[in-house]
Amino acid sequence: MRQRNVILLAILSILLGACAPTPVATPVQPVAQQTLRVMTHDSFAITAGLIQKFEQANNVKIEFTKAGDAGSLLNKALLTKDNPLADVIYGVDNTFLSRALNNDLFESYAAPGLADIPSVYQLDPSNRALPVDYGDVCINYDKAYFKAKGLTMPASLSDLTKPEYAGLLVTENPASSSPGLAFLLATIDQYGDLGYLDYWKQLKANGLVIVNDWETAYYTNFSASSGKGPQPMVVSYGTSPAAEVVFASSPITESPTASLVGNGMCFRQVEFIGIVKGAKNRALAEKFVDLMLSQPVQEDIPLQMYVFPANSKAAIPDVFLKNIQIPDKPVTMDPARIDQNREKWLEEWTNTILH
Amino acid sequence: MGSRSSFSHSLHRINQSYGCLAMLIIPTLFLVLFYAEPVLEIFKKSFTISIINQGGIKTWQTIVSTLGFTTWQAVLSTFCTLLLGLPAAYVLYRYKFPGQGILRTLTAIPFILPTVVVAAGLNALIGSHGWVNLILQQVFHLDAPPVHLIGTLSAIILAHIFYNLTIIIRLVGNAWSGLNPKLEMAARTLGANSWQTFWRITLPLLRPVLTAAVILVFLFDFTSFGVILLLGGPQFATLEVEVYRQTMSLFNLPLASILALLQMTATLGLTITYQFFASRPVPLVPADDRENQVKPVKASQKIFIIVTVIVLVVLVLSPLVSLAGRSVYRAEGDRGQRASITTGFTFDYYQALFTNPRMDLFYVPPVAAIANSIKYGLVTALISLILGMLIVYGLRKIVRGRKVIDALLMLPLGTSAVTLGLGYVIFFNKPPFFLGGSQWLIPMAHSLVALPFVVRGLSPAVESIPRAFRQSAATLGASPLRVFWQIDLPIIRRAVFSAMVFAFTISLGEFGATSFLTRPDYPTIPVAIFRFLSQPGGLNYGQAMAMATILMLVCAAGIIFFEQSFFLVQKGERL
Repeated sequence: MRQRNVILLAILSILLGACAPTPVATPVQPVAQQTLRVMTHDSFAITAGLIQKFEQANNVKIEFTKAGDAGSLLNKALLTKDNPLADVIYGVDNTFLSRALNNDLFESYAAPGLADIPSVYQLDPSNRALPVDYGDVCINYDKAYFKAKGLTMPASLSDLTKPEYAGLLVTENPASSSPGLAFLLATIDQYGDLGYLDYWKQLKANGLVIVNDWETAYYTNFSASSGKGPQPMVVSYGTSPAAEVVFASSPITESPTASLVGNGMCFRQVEFIGIVKGAKNRALAEKFVDLMLSQPVQEDIPLQMYVFPANSKAAIPDVFLKNIQIPDKPVTMDPARIDQNREKWLEEWTNTILH
Repeated sequence: MGSRSSFSHSLHRINQSYGCLAMLIIPTLFLVLFYAEPVLEIFKKSFTISIINQGGIKTWQTIVSTLGFTTWQAVLSTFCTLLLGLPAAYVLYRYKFPGQGILRTLTAIPFILPTVVVAAGLNALIGSHGWVNLILQQVFHLDAPPVHLIGTLSAIILAHIFYNLTIIIRLVGNAWSGLNPKLEMAARTLGANSWQTFWRITLPLLRPVLTAAVILVFLFDFTSFGVILLLGGPQFATLEVEVYRQTMSLFNLPLASILALLQMTATLGLTITYQFFASRPVPLVPADDRENQVKPVKASQKIFIIVTVIVLVVLVLSPLVSLAGRSVYRAEGDRGQRASITTGFTFDYYQALFTNPRMDLFYVPPVAAIANSIKYGLVTALISLILGMLIVYGLRKIVRGRKVIDALLMLPLGTSAVTLGLGYVIFFNKPPFFLGGSQWLIPMAHSLVALPFVVRGLSPAVESIPRAFRQSAATLGASPLRVFWQIDLPIIRRAVFSAMVFAFTISLGEFGATSFLTRPDYPTIPVAIFRFLSQPGGLNYGQAMAMATILMLVCAAGIIFFEQSFFLVQKGERL
């Protein structure tokens, strides 16, 4: 049946060709569509139109792969280094940056878009990993709880060990959760390699609850979420209060939660994009990196992924400005120091605090 | 003359056993390609790769204690599951009472639910602000919630029972309904009381299936991951959890591989040991399973049924209902600004599933997610059934080394999901495959996990076919295919449909190895659930619950579909 159609079509086209007033010119060969493979973490989200426009303009099909959280993403990328799974990787953060760079995962690319990105986020001087966005890991609190109890908000990490906050905080296991790790790093930054475990012992003595993942901490333990859990403070993201407004189940104007942004309480995460070493189509990969750093995508990022754009020219949405508390001095840590000590810290922490 | 006939006889036997071996070629190729090669590949890579900065060395002591805990919780969980599963199987498959069919279907649903949703369901039920605690506090005027289960070993065991009860109920129940009631009646006539009949007649007949069910439940508990992480909490770790942690957060691939190998060795050791205690099935005259289902008459029977049903409802149904309830019930925090918001019933969450207000490229349309889940489920059911049939029939004539082969077939269940998932990623991303992004790897991985169930379910049924039936059919001139079609198939049909249900549900719920293979353009229902739960907000929570409810409905529909086709086939046979 199909074959007959093909024959009919062939005859028809020959006839049409014969009837054509001018001799048929050599048919224009459409340039074969190329494919660009982009690997990201699971949280990646972007407005479909932006990608479609890029695909049309460059005659390319982008094939996205989502590889789990930032850790799994890097892990997969390193294990398949010989036969890369992707040409571009987005989503490696500053806690994993050194590992990616030391293992020679990326090629450098001095994108023009870097000009609009503050140098504090440009953590790789040779531009193999380019900053796309940043966000803070902060403690969110249940506004209503604190109001009802007449409690003042903790203003520093050391406040959290005070008896009035006993049993009120839930955090995540740093060995299995990225915000959990960020919070651990904030405490290490403040109390140092030698003192942080003592601080954690005090936290634990003050009824700290530790769960394995953010989903459980937020949706099961946190009192201001739909799970209506027992703890009014949770280690989460600085942008979560804005998400509570946007994703409220009935429209609300004011977030039921807010972040504690006292000095040393928030850890700043920066996420990077990089062209994979041995990328099949370097020119297209560069164009995609440019796209990610461009103003339209940078302005799309906040409401898609609930992080801040690295590009300082990108406008920030209203719901962010109204509901998000931004720390004056977020904790940052040298990625090399994180990379050198991560396993040691995690082992020490696990052995002392969990067992 | 005599020697010639024995010669031709042995020639015939050789022919037959070659025929059997030929059947094993396809399953062997499948297992090599989709199991052995990827697993070898990741182990090879783990011990040779030099990722800079590797984690500290764990002491043997901690490894041994992890193995100890893994085994201990699995033994406890399996025992409790068996204790509840046996009466449940009996009640659901040997009695006739209203609502029995629905109850059978419902007990299979927990098996497919992602742990993150079950944790939310259990929290709504037994969490500190859950229904149970609220009611207890009201009734007994308590200040603090009395039930603290989440984060304890009890929560782990409870969740394991919740998840795996269906394995015992389905496998044992099916066998039970296929037992010939005449044997039990004969025992009773000869003066045995009902307990004696159970111990001396029923239990020995059920033992092959019981063994199979216990091994499967044990392996699921032994390699437990999500339940341990989410309901047990950070103080508990099984080998599977430790493999994940060492791989994903500590990048200590050599240690992760050692732990994964340990888990596989333990699996193999335990299954081989267990196999030696298992007895071969006794060939039976098959029974029509409707002959076996009786209406309860005595008061004691009625009480037994009522008690079992109540236990099932409390244990299995209540978390499901509380989960589905949250998908249509708005229950925001009742303090502060939200005081003005009326709590109550809503279909908003379902409606929201069909909208993509952010125009997100990765928006998951519910219909597409359902279609993908069903597609993978059906393909898995088909592939694993074909492979399982070939294996069961191929192995029939093999006596030596049979137990080892049987145990080897269980290995995929004892293999860490991280090992398998990363193995697939590395192996299939290389030449000659370059299948790194293929969506068809997913049903292959699902079939690998489903295969042990299919083989375990089919094998006792096939072995119980009386040899005399086949021989007389063959003597009367039936071709082997016709013998299979008219003798074997009617007898094993219930096991076949049950195997397909298992494969289908495994595919719907598997999110271990396949989480490494998912593609954003082919999302499944669990993928959609995880997307909603990864961001804050009541709407996201509600949509996750709505999606989970849809997953339950799809599962129930799938089971009903297979059950219905079973009854259709059965009716057709009778005409």
